[in-house]
Amino acid sequence: MIDNITLFIDQLMRYPYLQNAMAAAVLVGVICGVIGCYIILRGMALMGDAISHAVLPGVVIAYMIGASFFIGAVITGVLTALAIGYISQNSRIKEDSAIGIMFTAMFALGIVMITGLQGTSVDLWHILFGNVLAVSKVDLWITLGIGIFVLIAVIIFYRPLLLSTFDETMAKSSGLPVKFIHYMLMLLLSLVTVASLQTVGIVLVVAMLITPGATAYLLTDRFPVMLILSALIGVISAVAGLFFSVIYDVASGASIVLVASVLFILALFFSPKQGIIPKLFRKPVYDS
Amino acid sequence: MDYHETVDVKSLSVHYHGNLALKNVSFTVNKGSIVGVIGPNGAGKSTLMKAMLGLERCKGTVSFFGEKVKDIRKNIAYVPQRSSIDWDFPVLVKDVVLMGRFMHIPWYKIASKKDKERAFEALRMVGMEEFANRQIGELSGGQQQRVFIARSLSQDADLFFLDEPFVGIDVKSEEIIVDILHTLKQEGKTIFVIHHDLSKVEKYFDQLVLLNQELIHAGEVKDVYRTDLIKKAYHGSASLMKEGQELVVVNP
Ligand SMILES: Nc1ncnc2c1ncn2[C@@H]1O[C@H](COP(=O)(O)OP(=O)(O)OP(=O)(O)O)[C@@H](O)[C@H]1O
Ligand SMILES: [Mg+2]
Repeated sequence: MIDNITLFIDQLMRYPYLQNAMAAAVLVGVICGVIGCYIILRGMALMGDAISHAVLPGVVIAYMIGASFFIGAVITGVLTALAIGYISQNSRIKEDSAIGIMFTAMFALGIVMITGLQGTSVDLWHILFGNVLAVSKVDLWITLGIGIFVLIAVIIFYRPLLLSTFDETMAKSSGLPVKFIHYMLMLLLSLVTVASLQTVGIVLVVAMLITPGATAYLLTDRFPVMLILSALIGVISAVAGLFFSVIYDVASGASIVLVASVLFILALFFSPKQGIIPKLFRKPVYDS
Repeated sequence: MDYHETVDVKSLSVHYHGNLALKNVSFTVNKGSIVGVIGPNGAGKSTLMKAMLGLERCKGTVSFFGEKVKDIRKNIAYVPQRSSIDWDFPVLVKDVVLMGRFMHIPWYKIASKKDKERAFEALRMVGMEEFANRQIGELSGGQQQRVFIARSLSQDADLFFLDEPFVGIDVKSEEIIVDILHTLKQEGKTIFVIHHDLSKVEKYFDQLVLLNQELIHAGEVKDVYRTDLIKKAYHGSASLMKEGQELVVVNP
């Protein structure tokens, strides 16, 4: 193990592509971790999955017309969120069904476009499952830009986001634009998904959104602590996952997600307060 | 009375997907009173509150002391129905109470020491200061309700809206909350309370709004709290017994 770590550090020093990959993975760990907390507490895990899949056609169109795929993905991501909102508010279809319909439709559209465009440079496998080792300097800058934007938004709108997540009716009655906040969050979610495309890929982004946040949720009773822990767990997963991916030559995205999953399992069983095992040994507490 | 001293609701109607939930409701209540909103399940009590707060699309007008709701939002404290809160949310009691200060803090500032002190003072008023560092799910129903009352106190509002604050809580919490409502009233605040248990209506409220989709009657308690009107509001779903002066409604 020690040998492997020195080998990994050695390679990290030597190869710029690996440095880029590391930086991108750490950034993705942070922003997915932060946005994921809101996704979990708002009960929008399915929405996270939907938006991440729905960016596919946007990415493909962007490739076709030679635009930045970041822009294409954000447009389709937000459009999908709006469409889901429209369907669930204007028909008897409930939100989860609306999500199921919209995201599979968008995803299918993306697949049809890619398969119809045989011979172009769009690599389906890399979009779906990521290829962190192919992160370029430009990609890294864009990811950094998105990361800073997301973090600033979360810091500036900390109170409105917290209140509208915790108590929507009070948020509304105190005059917060709750709908607007929802769609802002969808925009941030699309941005985060795009930023994660190369690191973990469309299919597994949702894991980076949900798993670190859920792990942090099991470890603390305070929201700001949850945000920080979640980001930290995201970073640990990213770094450790990249390490395993390089050393054992396996897919980077999947190995990052697996590390995050293992951390979740540990918290599920051993978290001091919420863990299943500590709960077994706790004596019943009687309130005065 | 001058309209600067009253809350006026005029021909308020709400429908959900074409189903009428509230039909042409009009009433006036005085500043500085505790108003009970009563009626059977599904009568539209919560809907009335949401419509008055401008949270539900509605026809009609509502004026608070001569102003529209959107101009006095900071001044309205809302205490939600307990069932609408996620009690596993990672917030401590003191964090929840501090939320009452949020609308007074400019977006570029963090909560000041003063805000925190105000929140703590509110927590003391409801007798919950020793629970400040508990997660909100680790409290009894009555304690949870007191925490949300503290949040509304820390907001320093003039108008209070409470959705079923007495449901599922202990006697001690109920007494503490009723005391606080009376103190608020003495300070000239106007308080709307959705309420289920008819037996305490006369003790708690100054004015009543009796609803069942339509307005049955609104006004002073003694004018509204009458056998014939209650019967009309509760249809056949309640039987009435006269116990001295007291009315008891028994839901089947
Ligand atoms: N969001 C909604 N969509 C559709 N119908 C609704 C909605 N909210 C309430 N209703 C309907 O409107 C009517 C009035 O509901 P409301 O919640 O205002 O009653 P309530 O008097 O508060 O009842 P309860 O005592 O059970 O709280 C009910 O028939 C209810 O089914
Ligand atoms: Mg109700």
